Amino acid sequence: MFRYYLKLGTLSIRANPALSFLMVAAIAIGIGACMTIMTVKHVMSGNPIEHKNDQLYHVQVDSWNPDDPYEDPDLPPEQLTYLDAKALFDASRAFRQTTSYKISRVVQPEDDDARPFQTDGRATTADFFPMFDVPFLYGSGWDNAADATEERVVVLSRDLNEKVFGGENSVGRILTINGESFRVSGVLDDWTPVPKFFDLNNNPYEEPESLYLPFSLAVAGRFDRGGNTSCWKPLEGDGFEAFLASECIWVQMWVELQGESAKADYMQFLDAYVEEQKLLGRFPRPLNNRLYNPAEWMEYQEVVDDDVDVLLGLAVLFLVVCLLNTIGLLLAKSMRRAKDTSLRRALGASKLELFKQHIFEAGIIGVAGGLLGIAMTWLGLRGIENLYVEYDFIQHLVRMDWSMISLAVVLAVASALGAALYPTWRTCNITPATHLRLQ
Amino acid sequence: MLNMKNVSKVYRTDTVETHALREFSLTVEEGEFVSVTGPSGSGKTTFLNIAGLLEDLSGGTYELDGRDISKLNDKERSRVRNEKIGFIFQSFNLIPELDVFDNVDVPLRYRDFRADERKRRIEEAIELVGLGSRMHHLPAQLSGGQQQRVAIARALAGEPRFLLADEPTGNLDTTMADSVLDLLAEINKAGTTIIMVTHELALADRARRNIFVRDGQVSDNAPELHFASMAAG
Repeated sequence: MFRYYLKLGTLSIRANPALSFLMVAAIAIGIGACMTIMTVKHVMSGNPIEHKNDQLYHVQVDSWNPDDPYEDPDLPPEQLTYLDAKALFDASRAFRQTTSYKISRVVQPEDDDARPFQTDGRATTADFFPMFDVPFLYGSGWDNAADATEERVVVLSRDLNEKVFGGENSVGRILTINGESFRVSGVLDDWTPVPKFFDLNNNPYEEPESLYLPFSLAVAGRFDRGGNTSCWKPLEGDGFEAFLASECIWVQMWVELQGESAKADYMQFLDAYVEEQKLLGRFPRPLNNRLYNPAEWMEYQEVVDDDVDVLLGLAVLFLVVCLLNTIGLLLAKSMRRAKDTSLRRALGASKLELFKQHIFEAGIIGVAGGLLGIAMTWLGLRGIENLYVEYDFIQHLVRMDWSMISLAVVLAVASALGAALYPTWRTCNITPATHLRLQ
Repeated sequence: MLNMKNVSKVYRTDTVETHALREFSLTVEEGEFVSVTGPSGSGKTTFLNIAGLLEDLSGGTYELDGRDISKLNDKERSRVRNEKIGFIFQSFNLIPELDVFDNVDVPLRYRDFRADERKRRIEEAIELVGLGSRMHHLPAQLSGGQQQRVAIARALAGEPRFLLADEPTGNLDTTMADSVLDLLAEINKAGTTIIMVTHELALADRARRNIFVRDGQVSDNAPELHFASMAAG
């Protein structure tokens, strides 16, 4: 009967083209509005490192002001002081660990005629690349020895390598950064995790940095910080050394832990570390250490703005209005087809068979609405892109993936079926005799 | 075969109660060709709708092949309609977007026939009504008489025990009406019971027995007809 219902559905749609088009259009517009916002939210709330969500943890220890929490209600700072980051990193108690901060550097291309340009970079450690599954086009990151010896190595993004070396394999070549020579150890392949989970202190939707170099080298070289720095008490002394020894927070730290027991052990280690620091007069606040996996960390940082949820609610309401219209149209169509339905009843169709036939037809309308809805969603996303064209990151938020395309069709079919329930129920319950005798 | 005893049918609105049938009793035996006549509003069509299980009765009993129809659920009633009853309507009631073949196929779709069995039955029924060359024409491409023949083919394809015809020639000219009645007579000769509602006495004369309905009841005061059976006998 599947093919028969498909045939009847198609014939019915062709027999009532205007009404059918209106229904498809109503569903498509509702789906388009809904899916546009859902796509943006889906991308905003995605987890680009989901496959390691139970292994990666962002480290927080509460070194903040005893009289005023970093953020209500009693939340610890999002970043670490240099003192703590270095101590925890040097302790090397995790399977992998990385500390990092954002920097800004001036790159001098090989071609003397080319003008130097400023670019974002990240001072980090060797484990950054394997921890976050960063893909390499050429070469690799550096090793722990390079961190220890403050080696002048650099990893370039694909775009920067294109810009400076014309896209060639530049591993081993020398790049001048702020007047100093760095050996290229690797070139990244395309890598745009959205949101940029490893650094949510800045715009979580911006592109990852263009170059990566050792954390130890950046600190020793006093490289400018490109990210946020917060302090709760004045520096004790002058100069960079005083800053490093201060309670200012500016370093992000992630660890990779294998298993729940490793996580528990590491938390125990953090607690012990803080207790030890308390004896030295630091960490005046109660013990408040935290390890958040990427999903928890993004939620904690409220990566998805509340406005998006409000917009999504409005879009869903709009879809409901469109579906109410569809219900009205389906009712009109079922009245128009009352004679056909009555005839089928007279010829032996049970209510259940008629229900299946009409629901199947609604499903076809839903699929058509879903497909057109995908086109509407595409248009909606292009509209958002044009509205915020001045923001580079917007292009990452307006991409439809296969899961969203599938969801659009599923949502459209479910909506159409939902809208068809009442009209179909009414259709199946008409008295055949009323419509069959036309004298 | 068909046995109605004291059947009543009442239509109710908020303010009006209409008795379409009252104390309606009738027995039709297998193989009969019965015409049902009566003035407009006498209850002929209501009787036919109840006989065809298209409407519920308000009172009385209706047995078809010994089964009390009032005790059947929707699925069972649909099955009875599909397997035992064939309908022929005055306005043909063909589905305009389906061709002749697919129109005749409609009742067979609700039975568990294999595709080749359905095809055989459809083709045989269409050949029987003389439209073998128009199997893939749409209803709009056929004359009124041809459309009624398609409707008869549709009614016959399921090999029902009896046909219910409601003014089957009402929309046809005399020549076409005669050919349709000839066809019904042939079908009846082959063993199918036919109950035909008509308000034309000349047509009723083609049947073997006439039931005259007045005020929702079978009336003894029927107009005199020369029945086909009598003529034949």
